[in-house]
Amino acid sequence: MTVQSTGEAPPLPQAQRLFAVLADHRVLVSIAALALLPWLLPSKALAVNVLIYGVVVMGYNLLFGYTGLLSFGHAAFFGTGAYLTGIAIGRWGLPWFAAVPLAIAASTALGAAIGTISTRTRGIYFSMVTLALAQLVYYVALQASSFTGGENGLRGFTVDHINLLGVQVNFLDPLNKYYVLMAFAALAIWVQSRILNSPFGAVIEAIRENEQRARACGYDVERCKLIVFMLSGAISAIGGCMSALHLSIVPLDILHYQTSGMIVMMVLLGGARSFFGPFIGAATFLILEDVVSLWTPHWQIVVGAIFVVFVLFLPKGIWGTLLDVLPWARERR
Amino acid sequence: MDLSLIIMQLFSGIALGAVLVITALGLTIVFGMLGVVNFAHGALFMIGAYAGLYLASLTGSFWWGLLLAPLLVGAFGMLIEFVLVRRLYGRSIDDPLLLTFGLSYILVEGVRIVFGSDGIPFPTPSQLIGVVDLGVGFFPKYRLFVIALVAVVLVALWLTLEKTRVGLIVRAGARDPQIMRVLGVDIGKVWLAIFGLGVGLAALGGVLAGPMRSVNPEMGTLVLAEAFVVTVIGGLGSIVGAVIAGLMVGICISMVALFAPEMATIVMFALMAAVLLVRPQGLFGLKGRA
Repeated sequence: MTVQSTGEAPPLPQAQRLFAVLADHRVLVSIAALALLPWLLPSKALAVNVLIYGVVVMGYNLLFGYTGLLSFGHAAFFGTGAYLTGIAIGRWGLPWFAAVPLAIAASTALGAAIGTISTRTRGIYFSMVTLALAQLVYYVALQASSFTGGENGLRGFTVDHINLLGVQVNFLDPLNKYYVLMAFAALAIWVQSRILNSPFGAVIEAIRENEQRARACGYDVERCKLIVFMLSGAISAIGGCMSALHLSIVPLDILHYQTSGMIVMMVLLGGARSFFGPFIGAATFLILEDVVSLWTPHWQIVVGAIFVVFVLFLPKGIWGTLLDVLPWARERR
Repeated sequence: MDLSLIIMQLFSGIALGAVLVITALGLTIVFGMLGVVNFAHGALFMIGAYAGLYLASLTGSFWWGLLLAPLLVGAFGMLIEFVLVRRLYGRSIDDPLLLTFGLSYILVEGVRIVFGSDGIPFPTPSQLIGVVDLGVGFFPKYRLFVIALVAVVLVALWLTLEKTRVGLIVRAGARDPQIMRVLGVDIGKVWLAIFGLGVGLAALGGVLAGPMRSVNPEMGTLVLAEAFVVTVIGGLGSIVGAVIAGLMVGICISMVALFAPEMATIVMFALMAAVLLVRPQGLFGLKGRA
């Protein structure tokens, strides 16, 4: 996907051209699709959640899909982004436009710390170590209750209006809120696409395909892994900031292992290694949760079963499988 | 702070560590043989606790629960290997991990449906209520029993692995499954049995932990993280490592709980981070594996 197709392409049939356009203008396509989302989904609240989780999962996909590192602790970055936004606004009295960069910077620093330890390990170890370190962050947030609100979550910061270049936007209106948050998402999508298009994007995919060979080519694999870990954390933290601004509270559960697991599920449902996969996965998961919880409180058993079926039979997820099945879509990712 | 208190806390730590050892051992044996990290291990620990509780109330005796729960849950584990995990051998190393993660969702929610979301008290067996005088202080009988039972299981396991023909096949299979196949050993059956053993150990850990912590559907999450920490410190696939790291973590937690209670849940992760910075493959892990 990151590597532009080289050489003379054969003439494209109509459908193939459509997929080529989607792939070439993936940033604009994503933003356009998200702009329509509140009108396509049954509720505005669901649309906002798709937006938030889409960004978190997209950041995670940089690590899992593109670099091949299966982290089970991404809730740490999602949560830190949200907590720091809330703390900066509520306790330190900073405006939102200062709080958000601060939160992203803090999450990137956390990414550097966790990444330094976890990227020393490989394979299955990496999953276990990221899980354990994310649990550490969870317990720190639980214990430091004077700072984070502990089990009750962080409260007491409400953003009711946002000042955009002199224009006051009422943030209590769901649709206004959606489109303001969409600006964050658009920024995250653009950054992600830029990373993937850069030479660095090619290097991380090379590491995924063959670590030994990437090393033999002279790339500093450890350093690249650390950088991608930090970038991935930073993008996921944008989702955290959005969540804090949206909810006006930060529940402790945002840091929980379940949240990390949900992120993994979403990326796998949508399709890891693909640009649109994370948003498709987040939408699928959240719609599924919404629909199934209408007729049973035990929606997790259904979601878990569907996930198991995906691992067994559709490991490339919805979008990845679609690209595989449709012969004319195969050329470009 | 007087010395006897510290010694008592040390014993508590060993009891806590003993449960960790048994649980982490299941995880590490399965990884050593099959190369699979079972993310449902915590959920199966929880199932073990519920099964023990249920069987104990059904038969009226804790001992039947203690004996039957690991066997039944172990058999269930074999079913999981046979129906699900087996399909993923030869695929990406992440796939069994993701599969068992999805499975843990199903198991936890399944228990919520059957037993409800609230915690259930697990009564200590009547014979083991009370305390024993250890000379330096009084120690709960049940915890002493846990330490003794785990020691017996460890010795039995060690003797089986080191001194019997079955153990020989298992050790050889861990080193080179291909050669074992050539020699006419049905390695698929060995893997099935090992997965069952690993799950059975998780369930045994669950039953033993029952009377020490409350039984609830989420109890497996913390245990999974703890078992991961222990196996990472000890070295994935190393049995000696799991035993030493398990006791180390247990003692560490209870010692820190004595001096700085709010740090107790955090200390094991710090310990893990410290070990990883010095030895990424764990204390007893083989190099190339980490």
